[in-house]
Amino acid sequence: MTGAALLAILSHWRRHPLQLATLIAGLALAAGLWSAVQAINAEARASYARAAEQLGTAGLARLVPEAGSIPIARYGDLRRSGWRLAPVLEGVVRFDRQSFDIMGVDLLQHPKAPVLAKASEAESATPLEALRPPGRIFAHPETAALLSEAQQVHPVTRLAALPRGIGMADLSLASQLLRQPDSLSYLLVLPEQTPGLVPLAELAPDLTLIPARAAASDTARLTDSFHLNLTAFGLLSFAVGLFIVQGTIALSLEQRRGMIRTLRSLGVPMRLLSGLFSVELAAIALVAGIAGLAGGYLVAAALLPGVNATLAGLYGASVEGSLSLRPGWVFSGLAMTLGGTFLAGAQSLFLLWRMPLLAAPATRARGQQASRSHLAGAICGSAIISAGLIFAMNFQGLVAGFAFLGALMLGAALVLPLLISAVLRLGSQTAKGSFSEWLWADTRAQLPGMSLALMALMLALAANIGVGTMVSSFRLTFTGWLDQRLFAEVYVTTTSDAQGTELAQWLETQSVTALPRRYHDTRFKGAPLRVYGIRDDAAYRSNWPLLDALPDVWDRTASGEAVLINEQLARRHKLAPGSVLELEPGWRLPIAGIYSDYGNPNGQVMVSLQVLEKRVNGLPNRNFGLRATPQEISALINSLRQEFDIPRENILDQATVKARSLAVFDRTFVITAALNLLTLGVAGFALLTSLLTLWNQRLPQLAPVWAMGVTRRQLAAAEVLRSLLLAAVTAVLALPLGLVLAWTLLSVINVAAFGWKLPMYLFPLDWLRLFVLALLAAVVAAALPAWRLSRIDPAELLKVFANER
Amino acid sequence: MNAKTILFAASAIWATAAQPQGYAGLGTDAEGFAIPQPGTQLSFPADHGPHPDFRIEWWYLTANLASPVGADYGIQWTLFRSALAPGEEEGWRSPQIWMAHAAVTGREEHLFAERIARGGVGQAGVRGAPFEAWIDDWHMRSTSESLEKISLSATGLEFSYDLDLIADGPLVLHGNAGYSVKSASGQASHYYSQPHYQVSGTLSLPDGPVDVTGHGWLDREWSSQPLAEDQSGWDWFSLSFDNGEKLMGFVLRGESGDFTSGTWISADGTAEPLEPGSFQAEPLENSDVEGRRIPTRWQASLPARGVTVELQALNPQSWMGTSFSYWEGPVMVTGSHSGRGYLEMTGYE
Repeated sequence: MTGAALLAILSHWRRHPLQLATLIAGLALAAGLWSAVQAINAEARASYARAAEQLGTAGLARLVPEAGSIPIARYGDLRRSGWRLAPVLEGVVRFDRQSFDIMGVDLLQHPKAPVLAKASEAESATPLEALRPPGRIFAHPETAALLSEAQQVHPVTRLAALPRGIGMADLSLASQLLRQPDSLSYLLVLPEQTPGLVPLAELAPDLTLIPARAAASDTARLTDSFHLNLTAFGLLSFAVGLFIVQGTIALSLEQRRGMIRTLRSLGVPMRLLSGLFSVELAAIALVAGIAGLAGGYLVAAALLPGVNATLAGLYGASVEGSLSLRPGWVFSGLAMTLGGTFLAGAQSLFLLWRMPLLAAPATRARGQQASRSHLAGAICGSAIISAGLIFAMNFQGLVAGFAFLGALMLGAALVLPLLISAVLRLGSQTAKGSFSEWLWADTRAQLPGMSLALMALMLALAANIGVGTMVSSFRLTFTGWLDQRLFAEVYVTTTSDAQGTELAQWLETQSVTALPRRYHDTRFKGAPLRVYGIRDDAAYRSNWPLLDALPDVWDRTASGEAVLINEQLARRHKLAPGSVLELEPGWRLPIAGIYSDYGNPNGQVMVSLQVLEKRVNGLPNRNFGLRATPQEISALINSLRQEFDIPRENILDQATVKARSLAVFDRTFVITAALNLLTLGVAGFALLTSLLTLWNQRLPQLAPVWAMGVTRRQLAAAEVLRSLLLAAVTAVLALPLGLVLAWTLLSVINVAAFGWKLPMYLFPLDWLRLFVLALLAAVVAAALPAWRLSRIDPAELLKVFANER
Repeated sequence: MNAKTILFAASAIWATAAQPQGYAGLGTDAEGFAIPQPGTQLSFPADHGPHPDFRIEWWYLTANLASPVGADYGIQWTLFRSALAPGEEEGWRSPQIWMAHAAVTGREEHLFAERIARGGVGQAGVRGAPFEAWIDDWHMRSTSESLEKISLSATGLEFSYDLDLIADGPLVLHGNAGYSVKSASGQASHYYSQPHYQVSGTLSLPDGPVDVTGHGWLDREWSSQPLAEDQSGWDWFSLSFDNGEKLMGFVLRGESGDFTSGTWISADGTAEPLEPGSFQAEPLENSDVEGRRIPTRWQASLPARGVTVELQALNPQSWMGTSFSYWEGPVMVTGSHSGRGYLEMTGYE
């Protein structure tokens, strides 16, 4: 009996192959985008973890200074108290015209030492040579090639087991390259410790112990927000996909009500029937899940370069390696699809379970019942939005921001049918003539079947508007900010400090104003911090993008009495003009102003150059901004090239620097644009599937109209018109939702994720483009059903009057 | 004594995976390093401190101890200095590398630990006034410039010890006023000892603390090329007889024959260098130790002093499985003289 019943149930799909295809495609789409995002996230995280592993720091806790660095004497003291610690000094070194991250370690203590020793042996150097001048740098073969090219003083050992972009060296060399002979960035707590030591918290109350998990990598911490962002996008696509599926599952069950009644009359128990339907659903979910995973894998592989560009642009984090297939990813993707399918089918299965034994097969209830459900949906939606608001007001941070966005989107989607129905009711009052009146009424009657697809469309449109507005506002702000910030006409980087000094002297003789950009890298509360020393200049006073400042901000900064900090640092540590910043133990200065600093994940401080020079020995002196009138620029660049042996790349005019910065910015948002488009694609597909699934139900309503003399062609046109109308109304309603989304992204999510708040600009032309795109999607979605309608055999329509339904 | 140990160990320091042969060159040339000179007058307390111009140096303390119920123990505390280049520099640029070994040996257990450090950053070093030799939380510390009263401590994952040592005899200069010849071709080191320590303190062992008392022996030695090229290892003995007399003797095993030498120390502390060849040591019995055959019962003789003794390792498994591994442990002395001592053996592959 079971087999026969199953065959009967499954026979439905033989008669409705398109429905089956829709169901599987919808599920696969949902699963695909979700798993693509998951794959990307997993790959990126694995890459960070691999980097930590390769640097030998995975699983080790760290001791970091609250501010500044750790003096080596302090390290010696902590070692003498019995703690086995491995010192690390990090920083950036410029060789030739390239920057390299240098990680200095004590080769006698670092967990990675044996591997490095083996590597140097492979190059027939004795390991101990790395401890003596000229030292030895260890780097991934790709980075090693660059390092060997950029400098010849220090031999470079290739070691594939190191992450790209970083050079590892013994502290004897690293401390010299980084000009920090007496300080350390942090201390790794080695795994084997003697029992019974005095706790580190007691020995070093001024140092913070970061547990292994949190310390895994700065990169992972910084990029968390980005991955949360991606996850939110993936979840949105998944939800949109489920909307499609829910409608299709409901329809497939409804169309089988007659069969269900027959089967039950034949004695098939309800329990068995429900079980069979569940098995069917699971099988479909499994097939769709596998298809989705395959698709997701391809999408992820296609998006990964974009993600890498974004991560590099926003955080300077590098994700390397190609996509790999992880069993966990496959399993969770399938589980997510199965779970999602049953969630989407829950209502239908529940209804089936409760159905009276011999309930008559009924077409979907419409009219008043529908409007009642619209109202219920709207009330439910409003409640969800309110809950989201309350949550957002009471909690801070990225997760709260996304929770609010989620609630807003879901709530707005639930309110949508009521709104559309209200618009349609208004519209119907303008109807003239019976056909147009029928059209309005029929559109309203269609609403329940289409509402899920329309919700999906609205969500996709709103996401597009929101994210688009965010990116465009960001870009506009960024462009303006670049104009302010890059006020010098020519930027020069010398190849050495000596050359820098020479250049400064020469510029003085040419009476060219030179603004040196000298900095010192340190740490503040465990995170990297760059301290710039600036020379007082009118250009700063008139250009520098200050967000908030005390009166006389420049006078106070120039005299060394106060500092300027970037917005990120201010927000991260709740600092405001007037608060005092302790840069290093005993070095406390009040904050005079806060400046915007987009695209930089780290904190930054500006102090008077004289003060910084007094505090820090051997500041690099290689970067200069030169002032010149537009006429002088090319002559200045030419004479610089003649006078100094500086590579072409190191002398850039303002326009080039700006263009490059913008290029990086644009690359950063490639992934966002791609995801946006994909979501819209999913929504368009939702529209198509709902129109297709409604097809069969439409005939009983269309047949009488046809019988009254309206041609099939007219009906088809009406079909397209209706689709257009609904899409237009949805698109209009999506606009305010999109703007709220944009505002939240700019003022809540950006602040939490990056530490900067952005002003919001409106881009009506973009909206228009999106509106047209939505209409286009509607036309495309309606085209197939309309085409079928215009070609339908009149006998099919006549059958409506004969069939008992 | 353990000249080659440190040569290998210094290189093997951060390359446990590396093959020691790759560094053999370090043992043979003394480029830029000071060379021990005969006739050098040792002066104290200055010579208790480090000699950074020499390639290698150590502060090497062993002690034979016993618990109140008569259980025998031995401890080792060694700080090695190995220079990558002569001289000293500040901070990470210091060419000095420090390494330390500590061990506790009982009849049934042999626990050991190792520490490695850079010079220049305060993690390890030796200084005078008051004298202190340290690496991490291990130390050998005096309250004054002299080595007469020192405290000693070391900690491993499974053991630790805290001992007080008081010398009741003078320093002993080996060889010719502290110039100790190590091969027929003239390799030598500067070498003196304080073999007269009375020791008391506590060993913390996995089964709990044990109070101990006994005798300790400190060796100080520095050099730049202590071994001849054909010498592959050595057996080194420090024996304290119950009548107060002491014998230090070593056998340097080489392809062209063994080179033996040593010092006889009378009960009053007077030292007399032994003629090369006068001290003899013969293995009587081997044990399987970490996959090697190692002699753990010996016969040692010094006919001129009527010494013919049998030495039995307290614990034949006294293997120091450190960066460079060797055998080191207490021995029980019977025969013409009875007493306790320490034995070190290297180069048994």
